[in-house]
Amino acid sequence: MFESLKIWLHQGKQYIPDVETTEVPGIFRGRPVIKAGVSVDEKALQELCPMNAIDVNPLSIDLGKCSFCGECAFAYPEKISFTKDFKMGHNIRERLIIKEGEDQPIRIDADAVRKEIRRLFGRSLKLRQVSAGGDGSCEMELNATGNVNFDVGRFGIDFVASPRHADGIVLTGPVSENMADSFLDAYDAVPDPKVLILAGTDAISGGLFAGSPAVRRSVLDDIKVDLYLPGNPVHPLTFVNGVLGLLGRMKS
Amino acid sequence: MKVTNNQVIRLADIEFLSYDNFFSNVNEALNHDEAHCVHYFAKPNPDRDGEFSLFCLIANDAHHDIDLLASVINKRDELQSLTAQHLCLHPFEREMHELYDICFVGHPWLKPLRYSHDRKAGGDIYDYPFYEIDSEELHRVGVGPIHAGIIEPGHFRFICEGEKILHLEIQLGWQHRGIENLFVEKKKLLQRATLSENIAGDTVVGHATAFAHIAESLAGWNTPEWLEIERAIALEQERIAVHTGDLSGICTDVAYQLGNAVFGRLRTPMINYMQKWCGSRFAKSLIRPFKTNFIFTEQLAEEWQNTIDKYKPDFVEMAEQMFDLPSVLSRIERTGIVTKENALNIGLVGMPAKSSGLLRDTRKSHPWGAYKDVDFQPIVKTSGDVYARARMRYEEVLASIELIQRLIAQRKETVMTDISDAPRTWSAQPESLAISLTEGWRGEICHVAITDKEGELALYKIKDPSMHNWLGLALAVRGNGISDFPICNKSFDLSYCGHDL
Ligand code: SF4
Repeated sequence: MFESLKIWLHQGKQYIPDVETTEVPGIFRGRPVIKAGVSVDEKALQELCPMNAIDVNPLSIDLGKCSFCGECAFAYPEKISFTKDFKMGHNIRERLIIKEGEDQPIRIDADAVRKEIRRLFGRSLKLRQVSAGGDGSCEMELNATGNVNFDVGRFGIDFVASPRHADGIVLTGPVSENMADSFLDAYDAVPDPKVLILAGTDAISGGLFAGSPAVRRSVLDDIKVDLYLPGNPVHPLTFVNGVLGLLGRMKS
Repeated sequence: MKVTNNQVIRLADIEFLSYDNFFSNVNEALNHDEAHCVHYFAKPNPDRDGEFSLFCLIANDAHHDIDLLASVINKRDELQSLTAQHLCLHPFEREMHELYDICFVGHPWLKPLRYSHDRKAGGDIYDYPFYEIDSEELHRVGVGPIHAGIIEPGHFRFICEGEKILHLEIQLGWQHRGIENLFVEKKKLLQRATLSENIAGDTVVGHATAFAHIAESLAGWNTPEWLEIERAIALEQERIAVHTGDLSGICTDVAYQLGNAVFGRLRTPMINYMQKWCGSRFAKSLIRPFKTNFIFTEQLAEEWQNTIDKYKPDFVEMAEQMFDLPSVLSRIERTGIVTKENALNIGLVGMPAKSSGLLRDTRKSHPWGAYKDVDFQPIVKTSGDVYARARMRYEEVLASIELIQRLIAQRKETVMTDISDAPRTWSAQPESLAISLTEGWRGEICHVAITDKEGELALYKIKDPSMHNWLGLALAVRGNGISDFPICNKSFDLSYCGHDL
């Protein structure tokens, strides 16, 4: 008993008091900035990206495809830099594309959020996670959102075991062909109205697996996606802030 | 022919045996306890319909070399199954059967392995031929593919007598993404490096190091010592981080909340250290063939020491308490036992093998890079139960801390060489085979590449230790209560996507 109390005492305070303003330790490649007015060989830059995330005319990075490897910034430091801004979630897919010269915070478009989401889930959102070809890292980060550091439970956000108890699905992975039907089963089992959140590059765009005949992305064609959370894997802070943004709970 | 870890062999130098000779050679090689199969696969011969080359790689831990045995067969041949002699070969023959419809006569269960998209045999994933039992007293329990927690999918089918598990069959393949084919299709070096980091998201350093070695050895590039030391530091740090998280998971599954919370929060500084080093908590982007974007600086060395100085006393305190608590011990001792004999039969590798008294650790038996020079002794336990696999993690964490300390000292003494003229694109020797073994936290990882006339990849094969070890879990739970399945499962912590590829 004494031993347990001692251990308990040794832990100190571990939770992050303000998940909106805290800073990620060390290096973090968050929202990128492409500097205008610096000319580089755009074709070479585009060619270098392993994820096909860079486009030209105008020069842009698609956060839904980017793996945040940082290679573009290493090769062209005067042109591309990554800020430590982890708030990268958006409810509109096109808004994940960062164009040359843009350097504003990414904020959820409140007008595009379905009214019932904020009304019904604003103070309590229960989520069921489905991994469909996820490599395990996004899944671990989603698990971490519930640990003593990030502690999303304090915001009324929880992961639950059954889709029947859930208000929505968080999907990870590029949607492997072998999981496509099971994902749909889980999605259908969630009572209406429901949300769908795509967590991580693979879920948003398929990542490097996009063209693989072993994935079936078409299952997403007819489903409304409510939130896109970039990252490879998605950082817990990107998750928390994205969901709080969707629910209209951000302070800033 | 005998090869060593990270060696490149010209295809022309490989002797292709008749299947009968191949069969007896593999059979004989595997009769020795110190030998085990690290990979066994088929490659279609493009010019001849129905013809395949078989490559079997058998590592000998006592001789520190790998026996490469090869054969050419036609899929219409009647091939005697080697699995019938050596159970450890079961997934490999099943893979060849599924992919190419090669039939192995006498295989005890030639069932689909992962329902690859390009399979020639195997039917529908929702129609897996489970073992059935006709009995009034017994019942079946099906779990998955989607599980209760936040975890990858897989299907478990139990046959139980009351609460007791008589049999477990594990059906995998749900995570299949066709990643081996993508290695061949994606031509950019950086794409392949990124793919290697996504084979199993909990073993980023392990798999990315194996790929880097394949690319470098095929290019004939001598990886400098300092770079190998840095990769070894990362590999050991990955081990510390995952083991700490797994101890948290094991505590969760025995309902020990304090252990769950404390190990969980202790994992955070371990993965955040990776973040400080390379900007990713899982070390994605850290390991690159022919280069590094994140040199291990003096400052990082100091930072590591500071982080560990804070971590270690709390970690030891928590672990000592956990392994002293009767309520924890009663759940993990004598639960989920794999005997040494079974471990040998099914070809268990890595942490679970070492927990069953079988010393299999390629850092020692087939060392590469920095592991050739650094002094360390793998930990071995004998009880083969959940306790052993949990205790193994505790002790391996401490061992890895010491190992990193030695590696850092070595790194300081090693001169950094200029590698700016190293290749920047895939540049491999043509018509060759390369093999790379790496010891990830879970166990032995094996990558094999075969190049074509132009030096482009003709085949890329990946083996995560999970490929061997899933059967270990199925055997471990026999005779246990079904309520102990979660702790048994966590004590192995196997990869779904690493298996399904
Ligand atoms: S950081 Fe993103 S955009 Fe830049 S090279 Fe990597 S994947 Fe491409």
